[in-house]
Amino acid sequence: MRGPEPTIFELSAPGRAGMDLPELDVPALEVSDLVPEGMVRQAAPELPQVAEGDIVRHYTRLSNLNHGVDTGFYPLGSCTMKYNPKVNEDMARLPGFASSHPYQPEELSQGSLELMYELQRYLAEITGMDRITLQPAAGAHGEMTGILIVKAYHAHRGDKKRTKVIVPDSAHGTNPATAALCGFETVQVKSNERGGVDLEALKAAANEETAALMLTNPNTLGLFDENIKEIADIIHAAGGLVYYDGANANAIMGIARPGDMGFDVVHLNLHKTFSTPHGGGGPGSGPVGVKEFLAPYLPRPTVEKNYAGEFFLEFDKPHSIGKVRSFYGNFGVAVKAYTYIRAIGGEGLKEVSENAVLNANYLMAVLREHYYLPFDRYCKHEFIITPKNFKEQRVHTLDIAKRLLDFGYHPPTIYFPLIVEEAMMIEPTESESKETLDQFAQALIEIAGEIKENPQQVMDAPHTTVVSRLDEAAAARKPNVRWKKTS
Amino acid sequence: MNFIPNSTDQRQEMLQRIGAKSVGELFSDVPENVTLQRPLDIPAGLPEQQLVRHVRGLAGRNADLDAYLSFLGAGAYEHYIPSFVNQLLLRSEFYTAYTPYQPEISQGTLTAIYEFQTMVCELTGMDVANASMYDGASALAEAGLMACDSTRRNQVIVSQTIHPEHREVIRTYLYGRNVEILEIPYANGVTDLTTLEKLISSKTAAVLVQNPNFFGSIEDGASLARLAHAAGALFVVSVNPVSLGLLKAPGDYGADIVVGEGQPFGNPVSFGGPYLGFMACKEKYMRRMPGRIVGSTLDRNGKRAFVLTLQAREQHIRREKATSNICSNEALCAMAFTMHLSALGKEGIGKLSRLNLQKAHYAAERIAALPGFQLAFPVPYFNEFVIKTSLEPAKVNAELLKDRILGGLDLGRFFPELQNHMLFCVTETKSKSDIDRLVSRLEGLR
Repeated sequence: MRGPEPTIFELSAPGRAGMDLPELDVPALEVSDLVPEGMVRQAAPELPQVAEGDIVRHYTRLSNLNHGVDTGFYPLGSCTMKYNPKVNEDMARLPGFASSHPYQPEELSQGSLELMYELQRYLAEITGMDRITLQPAAGAHGEMTGILIVKAYHAHRGDKKRTKVIVPDSAHGTNPATAALCGFETVQVKSNERGGVDLEALKAAANEETAALMLTNPNTLGLFDENIKEIADIIHAAGGLVYYDGANANAIMGIARPGDMGFDVVHLNLHKTFSTPHGGGGPGSGPVGVKEFLAPYLPRPTVEKNYAGEFFLEFDKPHSIGKVRSFYGNFGVAVKAYTYIRAIGGEGLKEVSENAVLNANYLMAVLREHYYLPFDRYCKHEFIITPKNFKEQRVHTLDIAKRLLDFGYHPPTIYFPLIVEEAMMIEPTESESKETLDQFAQALIEIAGEIKENPQQVMDAPHTTVVSRLDEAAAARKPNVRWKKTS
Repeated sequence: MNFIPNSTDQRQEMLQRIGAKSVGELFSDVPENVTLQRPLDIPAGLPEQQLVRHVRGLAGRNADLDAYLSFLGAGAYEHYIPSFVNQLLLRSEFYTAYTPYQPEISQGTLTAIYEFQTMVCELTGMDVANASMYDGASALAEAGLMACDSTRRNQVIVSQTIHPEHREVIRTYLYGRNVEILEIPYANGVTDLTTLEKLISSKTAAVLVQNPNFFGSIEDGASLARLAHAAGALFVVSVNPVSLGLLKAPGDYGADIVVGEGQPFGNPVSFGGPYLGFMACKEKYMRRMPGRIVGSTLDRNGKRAFVLTLQAREQHIRREKATSNICSNEALCAMAFTMHLSALGKEGIGKLSRLNLQKAHYAAERIAALPGFQLAFPVPYFNEFVIKTSLEPAKVNAELLKDRILGGLDLGRFFPELQNHMLFCVTETKSKSDIDRLVSRLEGLR
């Protein structure tokens, strides 16, 4: 493995530049005549001075310090790190998409609008909802959009007492954070011994103050909640709405639909389920789907089709929550999701979910003799194991995760969900072969052996990475979040 | 094509190991009454060859800025992006990675984001920047919320010279938290200081402005800052980063939080997204800032390394007490921003700003010299300007389209009082002959 790479600033030398700009070809005016004196910048920003070759080599080296899905297996639970088809990237870069301006006339944007319209139709079909917006830029942004729709719905009906959002104790951290961002209080309900929502606790929590329940199904334990209909009924009977967090939608496409389970609002993550890649932390896309009665509250504009078959943007939506982002969302990401869905087709989407679930259950079956399995039942697209059986050796989940790095794997999601001590949440996805799953299982089995024979080897990991076990406490105590020249 | 490698035999083998008879058995916990009993109504999959032909067909029905001469800006800006940026973004170690939770195998993304934060600080004159927000609009809205948290006040003042779509995003975000919004009108194309002085009070958490504003006009930053601070409010500025090679850093005229739309660097207009918002603030507000932040630290062998830091602000730790719910941001777009700015460098950014300024002024003055056209606001501007016409903007643009020119934005769409006003944008991508072509077409409309 290569050594650490300096920052681009440390490669800088006076007088270098990475691009030429055209010479001024219009008559030059005095800047002092155009900009008020108090608004003129006095010193140039300290940007690096580097040649094109320096930049290209720098970022190529940095890329070598990253692990992506294309580098190796990435079983990060709840993140659906599946293969990202290369054709997606090419399609999003077609000039008709990448070089089209959001304010160019609608008649000159018919291809983009048709793509958005059709993608919305596909996502509505997959989720069993009636209407979709592509405006939210990420999953959490979709959650915010969905919960604001819930808020607007209750407010429009004059139902002012609904100040609370219920989330199960297994929920993603974004759920309570979203509720707070939208001005709601969070009420937490506990899980039952099967890993689902405890119905008695839910009944006790649901009342005339309930605005919504936010739920992931399959949940963050990778388990399908068999009581889903009853759960939705309890909330609806109390006058609340039911929100579906689509982070785990890769398990159910073509098999079951949130709309048929009783959900009123859903969000999807195009960068997870629909392969648009994650980009190292975005851009994502978090479309939101609603049942017809919530359509008036969707963000504006919506994409519509008239009787002549022309597509247009509808801004006249008096009950809309407004906008959550400028323009129409992360359109380039929508192009990739559309490309993916058209490549795979309706039948293919079902095969995706079947194979995602098959892969997860297979890996779980191979690992069950070697690690502790907190919920022993068929999982969906992901499952949880823990090192509870290694308590004596004092090896923690973090150590196992770090040791996996030495084997060339990205570790699973760790210490989540919070209700399972020392959780390792493994999501293999459908795009991995049996051979890859076997090799990964073999690595975990080998690590289990090390824990018994030489636990220090695991506790000191990783041994082969460019850096190892960073001092995160120091980073937070004395934050250094920007480069500065040291003389 | 479903991108699934396992063969039927392998699947059978796997089922045996699981001890299940069929894949269907793995779904036995899905109740019958919620199981979809029919195939999804989505067309069958296409081989790549046909897929590409189909998607190209859709793209071909759009106008693109390579084929049209465009003077549209208004929040989505056409700039020349060097070829290498796109090639580096296609390094799949970057684009197929997740958020850098495991720093040992994510130093690439982490180092680049640290560089991004540094550049944002340099441009804006702030102490700290985050790893990016969804776009400029949501960054501005979150800055408003951040100011409310920092001041423990519940009202923000928003200038009407902020992009109308950004104001709408602010309203949506602040509706969630029940924050009061006061809008102040403009006078002569800039924020009306007199009204601001009247409306601002000890209830005001922040004054939000855009500079250069939606009309392209340069706001009086120092006076706005003075009024905000006199009331104990924070001064929040949204900037076009391209202007900052020439215009004063907002930190140097009193801004407390600076945000902006980062698209102009490294990111194509792409029908409105993906873009990136940037957000920076003074150090004392750092722990109230939303979003990811990358910090420098040492590893256990004393080597410098980068890591996500200050995570105690974030949703996965703090849950309902987090500063925001944001997690995924726009990392790859931020990387494009960083690469483009690396290419421009310390000298190039100034030159780029001046090119934009000069070309916009050349265009504005030539258009305003035509009969029936005049500059609407007598104030300094950067690379966008408002033209008042005696003709209907729709007609002007329809005529220009005949020559494959995308004219200025019809402002009547957002401002009822600005019927017959158009917002033009001229960046370094327009040559003198491009501008002359626009002018001669406009001249021919008389």
